[in-house]
Amino acid sequence: MFIEIKNLSKIYNKYLAVDKINFHLEKDKTIGLLGPNGCGKTTTIGMMLGLVTPSSGEILIENKNLNSFGRDEILKRFNFASPYVELPKKLTVRQNLEIYGRLYGIKDLKKRIHEISNDLEIKEFFERKTGELSSGQKNRVSLAKSLINKPEILLLDEPTASLDPDIGDFIRSYIQEYKSKNKVTVLLASHNMSEVERLCDSIIMMRKGKIIDQGTCVDLIKKHGRNNLEETFLKLARSQDEF
Amino acid sequence: MNFNKIYALGLRHLYLIMNSFPRVLDLIYWPTVQIFLWGFISKFFTLNSEYYNNTVGVILTAAILYDFLFRASISFNMMFLEEIWSRNFTNLFIAPIKIREIITALTLTAILRTLIGLVPAVLIAIPLFGVSVLNLGVPLIFLLLALYLFGVTLGLLVTSGLLRYGPSFENIAWASLFFLAPLGCIYYPIEILPTTLQIIAEALPLVHIFEEMRSILMNNTVNYLNIIKSIAISVIYFVFGVIIFYFSYFGAKKRGTLMNMGE
Repeated sequence: MFIEIKNLSKIYNKYLAVDKINFHLEKDKTIGLLGPNGCGKTTTIGMMLGLVTPSSGEILIENKNLNSFGRDEILKRFNFASPYVELPKKLTVRQNLEIYGRLYGIKDLKKRIHEISNDLEIKEFFERKTGELSSGQKNRVSLAKSLINKPEILLLDEPTASLDPDIGDFIRSYIQEYKSKNKVTVLLASHNMSEVERLCDSIIMMRKGKIIDQGTCVDLIKKHGRNNLEETFLKLARSQDEF
Repeated sequence: MNFNKIYALGLRHLYLIMNSFPRVLDLIYWPTVQIFLWGFISKFFTLNSEYYNNTVGVILTAAILYDFLFRASISFNMMFLEEIWSRNFTNLFIAPIKIREIITALTLTAILRTLIGLVPAVLIAIPLFGVSVLNLGVPLIFLLLALYLFGVTLGLLVTSGLLRYGPSFENIAWASLFFLAPLGCIYYPIEILPTTLQIIAEALPLVHIFEEMRSILMNNTVNYLNIIKSIAISVIYFVFGVIIFYFSYFGAKKRGTLMNMGE
């Protein structure tokens, strides 16, 4: 098992954001983290990234507690992209990638920036300030930053949120292509069910801080007697039961 | 310590300055205005005060040194605030960089911002008012060191507040130095303060720094013990500032504020 989450909980003051969740991520698989807004997805990602201290439970990476790794030792194996987290707006795309490449200690940084900017087609606005870019362009730059260190574990929080269908499809195709060429374990939080069906090997469904069901897309759709993942999501999200 | 990472963070702020001419102008503008203002006040006091007569430039030198402290602290705060304003906080704190490397990078980069703002103002003061801080001689280096450490400490305390209370703490960032200025005895001797405040002021490095500056310029005597005292006090405050920063960082992780810190 590559990553194991054991009895993980987070309480903010008296609010229970994540309630004793258990799941694991197999190496090089893509796992979808689904659930309504405020169900604890972002807090779970935050705890995995070391940004949020769990109230109880543990995160194991290759059977070793996350806390036993040095901060820089573990974080160089991770990366994260989200449209809600931005790169410095006043810096150009090139400058941002250079800085994050240096922070991640990338050797032959020029070559890596060249590769990734070609793949994600960001060369044409390379010298423009990041704050001046469109949402689609910003998302591609954010994805480039998240892949600059060729992470072993990639956490994506709604990577195609607020994008037009064309750019959304470009990003999804790129993630698929990248996965086929590189060894990477992906945890994808998304509200786009077709995206989840297309990219994920299995799914974890959360509601009110708890995991209410998990399995492959096909299994979950079949288990809940629905026609597609969207209908399954609605059933699970609106139901008061645990499955 | 990984100096490549420290350099990367420094570079992030250097690019920010280089990409914006108005930003450079803003850095230079305020210290220059200060020099003009205090230059004329200084000139007036020199001509009309018994305490300051024949000691041209004491007030202006004090104003320059105080501005150095002010700029160091504000630079430190500004660099941290830039991360909040640009919503880059999460990216920064998930990068494989140690907290001590972040502190070192901010501390080292703050000097650059400080000097960009202050050097032109200091140079202007020489032909315009006939005052040069270089008249303080070798002790100037040590006085600046003590001021810088204390300025960075104030920056650390304010950024700790930003980590603890979020961007709403921003106003405190601007007010922090004005709060300490009366106790710093920048333009007047410590005896002016009421006895109780003198005790508090003695515990700050500022009193020792500015007393020493006046002593050098007015009496031509250097008391290195006083300088060492000011540096030692600054170092103690700096260590305290670092500890508070770490506390706030772990507190922020507990509260989950690192995840969504932004405007």
